[in-house]
Amino acid sequence: MAGNVKLRGKVKDGVAAIKCLMPHPMETGTRRADDGSVVPAHYIETVTCELNGEQVMSAQWGPSVSKDPYFAFKIKDAKPGDVVKVTWIDNQGETASGEMTLK
Amino acid sequence: MNMNRRKFVRSLALVTTLAAMPKLVFARAVEAFKADSVDDVIKNLLGDIPVEESDQIKFKIPDIAENGAVVPVSVSTDLEGVDRIYIVIDNNPTPLSAVFEIGQRSVADVSTRVKIGESSMARAIVRTNGKAYMTAKEVKVTIGGCGG
Repeated sequence: MAGNVKLRGKVKDGVAAIKCLMPHPMETGTRRADDGSVVPAHYIETVTCELNGEQVMSAQWGPSVSKDPYFAFKIKDAKPGDVVKVTWIDNQGETASGEMTLK
Repeated sequence: MNMNRRKFVRSLALVTTLAAMPKLVFARAVEAFKADSVDDVIKNLLGDIPVEESDQIKFKIPDIAENGAVVPVSVSTDLEGVDRIYIVIDNNPTPLSAVFEIGQRSVADVSTRVKIGESSMARAIVRTNGKAYMTAKEVKVTIGGCGG
């Protein structure tokens, strides 16, 4: 099931490179279970990334992003001590987030 | 005469409301995600903006994907003023995989993993101020990404 976002990141020359993993089934809505019933679509629609509470980028996804999505991005003008937060919302209204302090 | 003016005022009000909306919420490209052909996806995302082929986009995706359910993709570019990055897989049931909104404080450099149902062209499209650039690569898939 859906769990919290795991983040890793480091700052180099003022640019923070962040990698994150978001445990999520990412069901497309076309796959069938063993008993032949269609598994309902369940996927992350929106991901937002914040630096010290300010949104710096975001993503919209469709069901064709892989299960347990991996997402890497970079933030400008970041320094050690800054807090990076990543939040997702899926098509069933569930949400989860994770944050880390840059070193 | 009077009626016309009323209609005009009403339509003006509607247009202004619509134009103001994207600033309030980051509207999801719902139609583009539903579209089932690449042409429709591009038309939905970019409207009339012409899409130019460009070698200034670094688009990393394997030529042969052993497992179509997990295909690593990364897109980066040095082009100025990038505000959107799109990842499109032509032969998927809904070709649009992901839209990344690049802000003033983020770098046009993103990576993720996508599902590719069958061998297909994959495209990375980058939107800058009023222009769009694309790089396409063919990906051969040996095991499909759908049905697992």
